[in-house]
Amino acid sequence: MLEKPLVDDAIEPEPPASSDLASESQARISAEIMDLRRQYSEAAAEEAQPCYDYPPYRSTILRHPTKDLHHTDPETIELTAPAFGQRDVDPLEADLTIQASGDPIGERIIVTGRVLNADGSPVVGQLVEIWQANAAGRYIHKRDQHHAPIDPSFTGVGRCLTDADGNYWFRTIKPGPYPWRNHYNAWRPAHIHFSLFGTQFISRMITQMYFPGDPLFDLDPIYQSVRDQRARARLVATYDHDVTSHEENTGYRWDIVLTGSSSTWMEPEDGE
Amino acid sequence: MSAKSLVATPGQTIGPFFGFALPYAAGDQLVPPSRRDAVRLTGLVLDGHGQPVPDAMIEIWQADVDGHLEPRPGSLRRDGYTFTGWGRASTDNTGRYSFTTVRPGPTGEGKLAFFAMAIFARGLSNRLFTRVYLPASPYAIATDRLLGSLPRDRQRTLIATEDGNELRFDVRLQGDKETVFLAFPGDAP
Repeated sequence: MLEKPLVDDAIEPEPPASSDLASESQARISAEIMDLRRQYSEAAAEEAQPCYDYPPYRSTILRHPTKDLHHTDPETIELTAPAFGQRDVDPLEADLTIQASGDPIGERIIVTGRVLNADGSPVVGQLVEIWQANAAGRYIHKRDQHHAPIDPSFTGVGRCLTDADGNYWFRTIKPGPYPWRNHYNAWRPAHIHFSLFGTQFISRMITQMYFPGDPLFDLDPIYQSVRDQRARARLVATYDHDVTSHEENTGYRWDIVLTGSSSTWMEPEDGE
Repeated sequence: MSAKSLVATPGQTIGPFFGFALPYAAGDQLVPPSRRDAVRLTGLVLDGHGQPVPDAMIEIWQADVDGHLEPRPGSLRRDGYTFTGWGRASTDNTGRYSFTTVRPGPTGEGKLAFFAMAIFARGLSNRLFTRVYLPASPYAIATDRLLGSLPRDRQRTLIATEDGNELRFDVRLQGDKETVFLAFPGDAP
């Protein structure tokens, strides 16, 4: 079972007003999104990742690097990755529907898929962490002020290790959309946060998985911070009836590709 | 690399609500504070106005004091003896992160020792990578593959300052003293 989640109980200061003005309209944010999309389609370069500098997501304004990332070759340490094992993760942590007493409320789902290196090889035995809101769109987090109900039977936190083919598997509850303070009447599309490790430290990634056909996609500046339509589509799971199980839960499949290769790093002969 | 090359899945911000999910007990203690050669690696995460970022998460990955690297499980449930080389800390209300660890040794002849660092925060669309170098001689800095390629004021953003058993390293997301953040071959824009 999960150890008691380590919630930061301290009262955190309100974020600076500049990044959480809840007074601007969705129409204005949407216009900015459309503008950036148009700029992107006019530029020839293809982007696969989100923009650090994406003003419609107001909190990026003071937090994006203003200088170009410095290109460098990875050193030994960056070509290896931390290892996690059975000692770190209990198999029951993959089932978010059994982390508290009682059955959580909501649509029970299975989310599964493969974690792959860019060369198509599986990421084996590596840690996958997820966290999410409950069916009503509420997180168990002190700073979540949304007045939707907390579900005492749902912690919204899970972990697992990928198997020999790179597969991960979670049983959980479909999260609800929730409001946030980027602008007035701002709502996040339903999503599950994923934290991923690869075979190299530089494969480390955190992202969000979305559900197909969400009507909030076009309105959401976080999803839209990935300006390329095909790249955005890589964040959306597929409904898979083969994952759905009889009278139990519906199923979604989502594969994740990390940068980096599968080449196994070896301790130099004279190492130890 | 094989011929096959898949496009990486996009990253997304860690968001504001990771505090109940990702941090864990002793995540920031790669070694127990009582260990004789323990050091504190600490600093602030600052935004473009120089304001602390209280909702950032920092991870480090490093060699041991002898420069050895041996990925070992046990980071999530530390036993106090196994050095796994990996740690995770979130910033506090004042934007400060802190790790208890040891100084990494150089991983090879003539190489400078550093901590590899990944940075996540609300308002940061994707993770950032940087390196935290231990203080070194001007010659060693000038001949390092990365540091030697940077102007002096940019070099400084990657080198920890040392005060006894404390190593200090601030992460500046923007501004004059913006930290050098890294891209590696294979990273797509």
